[in-house]
Amino acid sequence: MSESVPTPTPTSREAPQTSNLRRILLIPLALFFVLITILALGFRLEDPHLLPSVLIDRPFPEFSLMELEEPERTLTVQDLKGEVALVNVWATWCPNCLIEHPELTRIAKEEGVPIYGINYNDESEKARRWLERHGNPYRFNMVDNEGKLGIDLGVYGAPETFLLDRHGVIQFKHVGTVTPEVWSSTLKPLIEQLRSKS
Amino acid sequence: MRGFAFVVLLTISLSGVAAIDAYSFPNDELRDRYHTLIDELRCPQCLNTNLAGSDSMISKDLRREVHRLLLEGQTDEEVLDFMYERYGDFILYEPRIKKGTIALWFGPLALLLVALLIGFRVARRKTAVVELSEAEREKIAQLIEPSNEKT
Repeated sequence: MSESVPTPTPTSREAPQTSNLRRILLIPLALFFVLITILALGFRLEDPHLLPSVLIDRPFPEFSLMELEEPERTLTVQDLKGEVALVNVWATWCPNCLIEHPELTRIAKEEGVPIYGINYNDESEKARRWLERHGNPYRFNMVDNEGKLGIDLGVYGAPETFLLDRHGVIQFKHVGTVTPEVWSSTLKPLIEQLRSKS
Repeated sequence: MRGFAFVVLLTISLSGVAAIDAYSFPNDELRDRYHTLIDELRCPQCLNTNLAGSDSMISKDLRREVHRLLLEGQTDEEVLDFMYERYGDFILYEPRIKKGTIALWFGPLALLLVALLIGFRVARRKTAVVELSEAEREKIAQLIEPSNEKT
């Protein structure tokens, strides 16, 4: 009879108090590990210096700029249309541009992908000499001495490389050096995919 | 006294350093708006510096653009839109309220509410324990009574 009567409080306040206390003390420790895990995962995220581009799937901004080696020629966004192409932002003051230069040269020569250059915040005379010295993988170069086109493109450093479809719509942006790995793992598959689309 | 004057002079010369570019403005109102904007906008190349405090090339270019847009007669909101369209959430120190930033804006408030709720319940449970002990005593008394009747 006495056993069938439910006890009023499920946890009696006498004996398990110490174990309860111990459990409560474990909570901060558990929270601490949760926090550590979250922070550790944060380190594995993408480099916070890499800004996602707002311009993906948007048409390349309008511009009217001088060509680097033919200053009498004016380039506009129309010149970028027609083929799946790369637009590479470079400058002579940018050490990583020199590092990616051989790969860009290879891509232009062997992969048949047109690369258009934006000479960004640079001096044209220096830029021309730089191309003479290291070779010119670019079909043409837009002279963006004031960085205005750069700003319209959301560029915040060099090198940056944009991938355009044949209609001149920005499909992808790579910030930093185009290495052979970047080419084979990212750019090449994207370009093939874009080329297969009509 | 000379030491004090020296300190005062030091603070004056230090505040002069803050002005980086020599942009001219037709009036003080525009100048104030310019300074407010470059304080609110974040340098895209730096992780935690505003346009006003950064010496990077892109910050110089963007300060020039802010100056140009203000002289063109654009409103503060239009200048912020210009930057937002090009650089996204990163450029605004005060991110816009949208799907991706709801947690950022209201997360702390939600956490505070949860904490208050927990605190409230814990406080209530403590008083409830005292009340329960009275009920307990009654029930115990009831339990004891029938057993007393049997004996």
